[in-house]
Amino acid sequence: MANVHASNTAHDAHDDHDHHDGPATGIKRWIFATNHKDIGTMYLVFSLIMFFIGGAMAMGIRAELFQPGLQLMDPVFFNQLTTNHALIMIFGAVMPAFVGLANWMVPLQVGAPDMALPRMNNLSFWLLPFAFTLLLSTMFVPGGMAAAGWTLYPPLSLQTGDAFPMLIFAIHMMGASSIMGAINIIVTIMNMRAPGMNLLKMPLFCWSWLITAYLLIAVMPVLAGAVTMLLTDHFFKTSFFNAAGGGDPVMFEHIFWFFGHPEVYIMILPAFGIISEILPTFARKPLFGATSMIYAIASIAFLSFIVWGHHMFVDGMPVAAQLFYMMSTMLIAVPTGVKVFNWTATLWRGSLTFEPPMLFALSFLFLFTIGGFSGVMLAIVPVDFQYNQTYFVVAHFHYVLVPGAIFAIMGAVYYWLPKWTGHMYSMKLATWHFWLSTIFVNVLFFPQHFLGLAGMPRRIPDYAVQFSDWNMVSSLGGFGFGLSQILFAIVIIQCIRGGKKATALVWDDARPNGLEWTLSSPPPYHSFTTAPEVK
Amino acid sequence: MRVNLGIDHSTSRPRRLISAAALCLAALGLAGTAGANTSNGYNLPTGVTDLARDMYGLHMEVFWICVGIAIVVFGAMIYALVKFRHSQGAVADTSMLHSTKVEVIWTIIPVVILVVMAIPAADLILKQEDTRNSQLSIRVTGYQWKWEYSYMDSAEGVDFFSTLARDSNFARQVNSGIDPKSVPNYLLEVDKPLVIPSGTKVRLLLTSQDVIHAWWVPDFGAKRAAIPGFVNELWFKVDPGKEGIYRGQCAALCGRDHGFMPVVVDVRTPDEFKKWVEIQKAAAKQAALPAPAPPAAPPTAQALPN
Repeated sequence: MANVHASNTAHDAHDDHDHHDGPATGIKRWIFATNHKDIGTMYLVFSLIMFFIGGAMAMGIRAELFQPGLQLMDPVFFNQLTTNHALIMIFGAVMPAFVGLANWMVPLQVGAPDMALPRMNNLSFWLLPFAFTLLLSTMFVPGGMAAAGWTLYPPLSLQTGDAFPMLIFAIHMMGASSIMGAINIIVTIMNMRAPGMNLLKMPLFCWSWLITAYLLIAVMPVLAGAVTMLLTDHFFKTSFFNAAGGGDPVMFEHIFWFFGHPEVYIMILPAFGIISEILPTFARKPLFGATSMIYAIASIAFLSFIVWGHHMFVDGMPVAAQLFYMMSTMLIAVPTGVKVFNWTATLWRGSLTFEPPMLFALSFLFLFTIGGFSGVMLAIVPVDFQYNQTYFVVAHFHYVLVPGAIFAIMGAVYYWLPKWTGHMYSMKLATWHFWLSTIFVNVLFFPQHFLGLAGMPRRIPDYAVQFSDWNMVSSLGGFGFGLSQILFAIVIIQCIRGGKKATALVWDDARPNGLEWTLSSPPPYHSFTTAPEVK
Repeated sequence: MRVNLGIDHSTSRPRRLISAAALCLAALGLAGTAGANTSNGYNLPTGVTDLARDMYGLHMEVFWICVGIAIVVFGAMIYALVKFRHSQGAVADTSMLHSTKVEVIWTIIPVVILVVMAIPAADLILKQEDTRNSQLSIRVTGYQWKWEYSYMDSAEGVDFFSTLARDSNFARQVNSGIDPKSVPNYLLEVDKPLVIPSGTKVRLLLTSQDVIHAWWVPDFGAKRAAIPGFVNELWFKVDPGKEGIYRGQCAALCGRDHGFMPVVVDVRTPDEFKKWVEIQKAAAKQAALPAPAPPAAPPTAQALPN
């Protein structure tokens, strides 16, 4: 009883102390942040920094591949760059950007005062800087960074130097962060929706994140298990993946891709949600087939668990398994097609304007579809034997990740940035950023289809001379794309510093729909302290 | 028709000359004919085996289906972008919420298209996996960073390693100062290629001694991983009349020199292959004999004191 009493008093005292409306001052505001807006901002800034670090690595890769012969780096360093470019872009740039967007927008869109678990929210963000400092510090340890590819296939990954345990610990931290982020989003959406907002009235962005969060909870522990087994194989003489000890290197591939395939949908489903927010606004017309959009996301999420074998066709697989994975993979084209058709129907008989978020969303629509086509081609097992492990695959997944996931993120930033900062940004610079990005991203990745078909394997630092021309084109596109992103940073920084005042609706002319637009721009530090009514 | 196109290209004179020059330079002393790469530089090779041709055909079929879908879908999108612009006075039809009819249609049509693609694909999978009745088996072992070829069946006993050719190896060092374009078949040349007979069903048994590699010759449509502790199979049968040198690379990241372990296959007529096997066997026997040095040694030893 005494304990209960004591804790009650403590609680009261705490309440008295806590009555303030604005943020804490100085660095404490960020270190002890529990406000979803502050944490969202930190996630987004972190992701932008990682985008530039991962991008710098990509520039190194494209510089070495600019012409045949090795001019700049040892092959080991090249492999380190490809490996860490992938890890940083996936876990450091794309995923945190989506979590940051969720932090900012989910409470605003469902009419909640904050995320359900604010302190866990703080922890899930602050794990990331440590995880990536650890990952990047492997640059300075004996043996250098991990160089076995982001897929970490053993036995090759077991040849990693001192970076190995650091990499695995970093992955564990990233995984813990993702799981906590996912739990927070699910709990917020399930428990903190405003009265009247039933699930089917919920904005598509929240829907896509709700499903993504379940995917994260399902597969991040699988990755953690896989890398832990690698760790014990390396340091404790287990033989999970060591054939000489009775283990099975292919089992790692199965476990990894059981994580890895849902992971690629983790990086695209929130993008689907974003596109489903932006297109209706600037088409001035509700999303076509909103309910079937939700079912489509859910079916894609379900299918993502039963297609992992399509990454492993050349590793040897019974005919029945090849047929199964081929057909389940092809099936994904159906709900994805439904989404693309519904988006097109949303544009149909609309009244379109072309503000920067809309431009990025439209670019997504076209270029993601191209990535979808190459995806269908890759699903065809017999031909996959030719495509697998070539630049055709590189072109495919960059088409779905760069003009797919990343363009959606950029579209989302341009859509909501005035809401967050209260200022309009330079439409002119943002439009320039859009056109340069869209042109260069195609110069960068389209020729890689040709390279792959003509027989250039991926992950090689140097190539036979018949691949010279397309590599040079691709590299030039790469440098152009990389440089264009500086504009993105400039637009954001300018917008944070000032600019024309944004109205509550921001896009007055388009009259966007949703609870976030009922708040002022920027919204009050504590928004929806009284839940809004949703009719 | 497509096949013809590819072959025309492959036998174009400059390429043949370059390959022939390469052969001479490499001083392999082989009676190989001109090399052939049946890719046109931006598409899959049309290939010199049944399987590769079928793959190419299926690839083009799926590609054209995708192009067809793209024309319809992108056409609709572009039409919407042009036609329904706010600046042109377009007014949004906000009553357009959903239509069960069209949604069912655009769910069923893709399913039908996918089935159309899946049937020939399934057929080809069965063909690809049918390694029965092979006439020559070769064990291929991947190492960091070379291949070992151990012949079985009629060529039992022939066994050798195949590594990157010396001139490529010199040129590929960081800042070697050697222009890769001056090196014949830069990175696609080995010291000792795999020799196989044409018109023969060859089965490869792939494994690895260290990390995962993948053996790949695009013109054969043959790619499979070489995994430690596993034996994977693949087969191909090069068309008679398509003898020559075919090149590929390791296709699974295998460490530092992953980009530098090419696969080169020298396809010969069955007769020439038989001769080659005999020479190899004789050479192997020679090597296996107790060294012929001892009888020669005494004279040398005697000669020395003088």
